[in-house]
This record gives sequence, C-alpha cells and structure tokens, in this order.
Amino acid sequence: MKNTFSIGGIHPHDNKISRDCAITPLATPPTVYISVAQHIGAPAQPLVKPGDKVKVGQPVAEPGGFVSAFIHSSVSGTVKSVGPRADLAGKMSTTIEIAVEGDEWMDGIDTSDTLITDIPEDNKTTLEKIRLGGVVGLGGATFPTHVKLSPPPGSKCEMLIINGCECEPYLTSDFRTLLEKGEQVVIGAAIIKQVLGGVPCTIAIEENKPEAIDHINEVIARLRKVSPKYDGICVMTMKMRYPQGGEKQLIDAVMHRQVASGGLPISVGAVVQNVATALAVYDAVQKNKPIIDNSVTVTGGCFPKQANLLVRVGTPLSYIIDSLGGMPSDAVKVISGGPMMGKAISNLDAATLKGTSSLLFLTAEETMRKPESNCIRCGKCADACPMGLEPFLLNKLSRINDVEALEDNAAQDCIECGCCLYSCPANIPLLDIIRMGKAEVMKAIKSRQIKK
Amino acid sequence: MSNLTVSPSPHIHSKDSTRSLMTDVVIALVPAVICSVVFLGLRELLVLAVSVASCLLLEWAVTRFMMKKPSTIGDMSAVVTGILLALNVPYTLPLWIVAIGAAVAIGVAKMTFGGLGQNVFNPAIAGRVFLLVSYPSQMTHWEAPQGLFGADAITGPTPLGAIKEGLLQGSSVKDIMAEHGYNYGQMLFANIGGSAGEICALALLAGFVYLLVRRVIKPWITLSIFATVALTSLIFWGINPDRFTDPCFNLLTGGLILGACFMATDYVTSPMSTKGGIIFGVGIGFLTVMIRYFGSYPEGVSFAILIMNSVVPLLNRWFKQKKFGRS
Repeated sequence: MKNTFSIGGIHPHDNKISRDCAITPLATPPTVYISVAQHIGAPAQPLVKPGDKVKVGQPVAEPGGFVSAFIHSSVSGTVKSVGPRADLAGKMSTTIEIAVEGDEWMDGIDTSDTLITDIPEDNKTTLEKIRLGGVVGLGGATFPTHVKLSPPPGSKCEMLIINGCECEPYLTSDFRTLLEKGEQVVIGAAIIKQVLGGVPCTIAIEENKPEAIDHINEVIARLRKVSPKYDGICVMTMKMRYPQGGEKQLIDAVMHRQVASGGLPISVGAVVQNVATALAVYDAVQKNKPIIDNSVTVTGGCFPKQANLLVRVGTPLSYIIDSLGGMPSDAVKVISGGPMMGKAISNLDAATLKGTSSLLFLTAEETMRKPESNCIRCGKCADACPMGLEPFLLNKLSRINDVEALEDNAAQDCIECGCCLYSCPANIPLLDIIRMGKAEVMKAIKSRQIKK
Repeated sequence: MSNLTVSPSPHIHSKDSTRSLMTDVVIALVPAVICSVVFLGLRELLVLAVSVASCLLLEWAVTRFMMKKPSTIGDMSAVVTGILLALNVPYTLPLWIVAIGAAVAIGVAKMTFGGLGQNVFNPAIAGRVFLLVSYPSQMTHWEAPQGLFGADAITGPTPLGAIKEGLLQGSSVKDIMAEHGYNYGQMLFANIGGSAGEICALALLAGFVYLLVRRVIKPWITLSIFATVALTSLIFWGINPDRFTDPCFNLLTGGLILGACFMATDYVTSPMSTKGGIIFGVGIGFLTVMIRYFGSYPEGVSFAILIMNSVVPLLNRWFKQKKFGRS
C-alpha cells in the first residue's frame, strides 16, 4: 500500500508543464516594493525612511511582535517611499519602495556556491539566525519559522516532516528546488532536525517526481558519509493525491496520526516544514543569507513561456510577466499559487512576497464555473472531503445561517482545500458558501472564548 | 485596469457533470437494451421509445409551464428513468399504459418534489409499482416473444411467478424447476420469460461493471444486496429446499440484478455514506427475499427498494463517515 492520507482527496491532472524548466534568476527590476506584511502575525515595523541607502540583505523592517518576522531589502539602492500600497489581494499594506542601484550585498553574507555541511551544535544561535534571516514557512501559510521551531513547553517533537509533496497541479518550484538544490534542502532539514533535538526526519515527495526522489536519496547517502548528523533522514514516496501537502493530511499520511480538531501538529509530535523553507534555513544559518529571493513557477497552458524563476522579493508581477513576453491574450485569470487554493489576482502592479510560489494563467475554458443545478445527492463532495465533513450538508446549513448546526457538523474543521467544489457534478459553489458559514462559526467560537 | 476575473478558489473543476454521469448510466444500460430488443423483438423498442419520450416530454412540460424554470431535460436523468421504466414492464404492455407509468414516474414521483435530487422515491420504481397495482393483469401478462431473429425464447410466466403458483398448488420447488426446465446458464443468457430487465443478467452486469470502472457508482450497495439475498435464501433453503428456492435462483431471477445495479444505486434515493449504503442494501436484500418467500406478489425487489428509499434520510443521519481528528 502506498503512503497517503486516510480520508477523502481527489486526483486532478497534475499539469506540471514547467517541470523541465531549470530555475533561472530573473534580472532585478528597476524598482522593488517590499511589503512589511509578508507573514502570518503582526506586520513588521519599518526601519528605514525615504532617502536611506540600503544594501541587499539589510533589514528594512523588524518584527512587530512575537509572531512576526524580519524583512530584508532584496536589492541595493535608495528608499523612495514608505507607505500604503495595494498588495496581491488589493489590500493596502505598508510597503517600502526601493529604487535599485547596482547590486551591493551586506557584509557577512556568503554568496559563494560552496556547500557548508557542518551542522552547528548551538541551537540558540541557530534559532536566532533563522529569526534574523526572516525565515517564514514558504509552503503557503508563511508562519514565522523560529516560532514553529520553539515548541511550547510540555510538548515533545517526535518527527520532522519536510513537505515536498507539491500536490497542487501546475506548481514545480519545490520540485526544481529538490533537483537543483537537493544538498542545501537536506542540510537545511538536518539543521531543523538538530534544533528539534535530533528527531527522525522524513522528506515526503509524491510519486510523480521520481527524479527528485532518486536525487534526494543519493544526496542523503552522500551526506551520511560526511557526518552522523544526517542519519535518521529518509525519503518517503507518497501516492499522488490532493491535498497531500496539507499539514494535517501529510502528518496522517506519514505518521498515521490525526491532529485533533483545533489542535496543532506538535500535539501529535509532528513539525512540518516545506522544502523551500528548509532551503531558506540553510541559507540563513550556513550562509547568513536572509530571504531576499524565492523560486516562482510561471506557468499555464496558454502561457507561451513556462519558467521557474528566482525572483527578488518585491518584484512587480507585471515585470515578471513582461520579461516572459507579456500577458497571453486568452488568459482570463491570474492566480498566485496553485489552481486549488491559490488566490486570483487582478492587480498586476502588486509585488511578490516571500511566500509567492507561482503565477498561473488560466483561460476561460479552464477556469469557467458552470451554472449551478440541483444537488443530486451523489455524495461525491463527502467522498472528496479530506476532513471527513459533509459539504452538501454544510452548504445547506450555511445558506440558512444555522451557526449551531454548522458547529455541530464541524464546519470549523474545513481546510478550504476546494475538493468538494472541484468534484460537484451539479456545479454547486460548495466551498464559497461553506466559507461564509465557517466564518460565522469562527466568530461564535471566538466570542465564547472572550466571554470566558 | 485589467479585465482579469477574480473569484474564490478552487479555480479548476473536474469534468464530471450531472449530464455526464447520467449519460454514463444510459451507456451502461445500452447492452441490456440491445439484448432485450434482440430477445423480445421490435415491440420492446417501441415500449422503450414511448417510455423515454413520455418522460422527456413530461419533465419538459412541468418545468416549462408549472415551475416556469429553464427545462432540465438536458441533464439526461429523464432518459435514465424512461429506459429503466421500460425495462421494468412486459414488452406487450399497451403503450398508453407505458405513458401513464412515465407520467407517474416523472410527474408524481420526481417533479412534485422539485425535480432531480429532491425526490424521496426512485421515479422508475414508483412508476412500475403504480402500474403493477393499477393494471395487474396487463403487468403480469407474458406472451411468447418473437425475438429479432425468431430466437427460441421461452414463453410462459417468469420463473418467480411459476414458483409462486406451483407452491400454491402444492408442488415442491424442485418439481416446478424441472417442469419448466429452468437452469442457471439459461437465466444468465436471457433465455427466460419476464420483462426486459429480468432477462438480461449478463448484459446488466456488464453495464454495472462499466459504471464501476467509470467511478459513477461505488459497489457497496449492490454487493450488500447480493450478499444479503444469497445469505437469507441460503438459510431458508437449507431449512426446507422443497418450500424455498435456492440462493442462485434468487440472485438470477426477477428484477434483482436490474434493481441492485441500477435502481438501488440511484444517487438521489440512496444513502450518502458507505456505511449507510451497506445497511440500505441489507434492508433491500432481506425484504426482497421475504416478499418472494412469504408475500402475495412473486417478486419483491421494487417494493423492497421503495421501502428502503423511505428510510434513507434516517440512514443519512445515523451513519456518517468518520471525521478527521475526531473520535
């Protein structure tokens, strides 16, 4: 039996059409726009003012709270302005505008390709380096990594899972990273493993990436000869199934443990980090290089030039698109992220964030929602739901706003993966409606907690 | 500003639609339809045509003139109902009675409740049962079929009818079987008396396999019906083989295969969860055998499905699938 999660899931066509495109650095744009809200938690506080000269890797904003992260300049140049600017979602957030002049890096950042395989012993220093490097979870949630790696007292980590599933169709940046920077990813994993007390580490990769599986196995074998610190790291081949990369689903698939409703992964002894995050940890700890760039897949059936680009944080989307030949005329939707959970964007002046993993172009035919018809009670939504919920029921309860019944039927457990809406033959916008119901339940739960 | 569409995720959709699923069911019924026309002759084709046409016309008329909504006949579900109804009646049934059956199936059992997805009872079965109690003589009148190629199809009553009648006259099951020359190979290959849907076991099973391969339905309801029928009749047959028919006979005769593969698996009127589906199947299987053994009608699949249809809402409430991370 192949390794996979136990409930629900779907098998969309994986459409990894950019899988053969090596990661190439994109030329630095003339101006970058660096938002101070690139992570979950409190926005960072700007450290620079207009007129300041900055170098690549220089902190331009500091954490605004415990759950927050440093933001660094991704270019060298002059700060033009610090103020509100529309982000990917069209929401205004404080943004630092920097006019690029040359490419001068901060002292102390190792920009060479030399591999550093020694794992530092002092966990405190390592964690501080991760914090100073502005490392956040790059799998989508952008949760500050140093916080995740400091489990609350009383909890015990038993396994580190490196998430290389990349179960969303189209996305290939993690796959390319595994192929091209496999050593760095494994060293990053070993560093995180060390911080967590030397727990076993599983690198989970889906079976549609056999080259990556072979390569990482080879890398691990090579590194084991260098240091015993690499013992206990292994690759697990996962069945291809969406949403395997979901944190709860992956823990279930790898460890056969289910995180309870409302619980954290650490409650079952798991810490999950994404492949790109492991690479960022390597850069921050071994090379003193904060997150100033990240790999972005630019793809779509209608997009003439598939690419995996290394993009400086804060690069305007329009600059990326123009550098690859401009918008395809038949694209009606641009998505930041994958087609299942990504966000549709209309503001192409917006700039990339640390967590921007992909730009996907879809045509009307590929993304059209067909008119809704009667529910035929086929149960396909319930079969597909990886949380074991009943979307057909939550849909009805949400429409009549029965918050109590919604909570009884676990609407708050919905991870918004989109499997229900994807599978509905009657084209009922299940997730759209359930999101509204879930929001009401969350509100009710929160107000109860405040009363206590 | 750009003309880009912004909408919530997900941004892609599976290729399944109500229409594609129903079309798959129609395709799965094609072997049985061909088989029935071959064995019963062109008159069966006429019954099929009248049944499907009446179903479509009625659904169109109800949506257009009574509900004042866009017509829903494009979803193909009325075609499925029409074919199933035709397979459930004698090929000699007067066409006006076929049309009445279609009217009850679509008009009363389906559209009254709000159309596809809202009905409590399987429309085709509701139509058939209505005809059975309203026109009992026409519905149980079996004439020797000509067959397309003048095949040597067997005349006379359905095996289940023959058994019921023979038992009433005091014969034993074994004698009745011998008298009519029934054997199981014959039953598999459509060479027995009965309505179209009762005589094409292999063709129906082929369609069922197609539905499984296409992932239109899951096998649990059907398998639990078969298993329950086999097990229940095995017990009774083991106790008294002169009075009760054996499991093979019960599996191969009557509308069991059609009912278990195509009618009990109807999305709308079957439970949502696998657990619920298994209980549903057990209920249908058990009731079918009980009606066949002890009821006044020779065949009980239709009644069993209708009875179990009515408890589906309860099964949906009681048997839910396990939620992630909740024990």
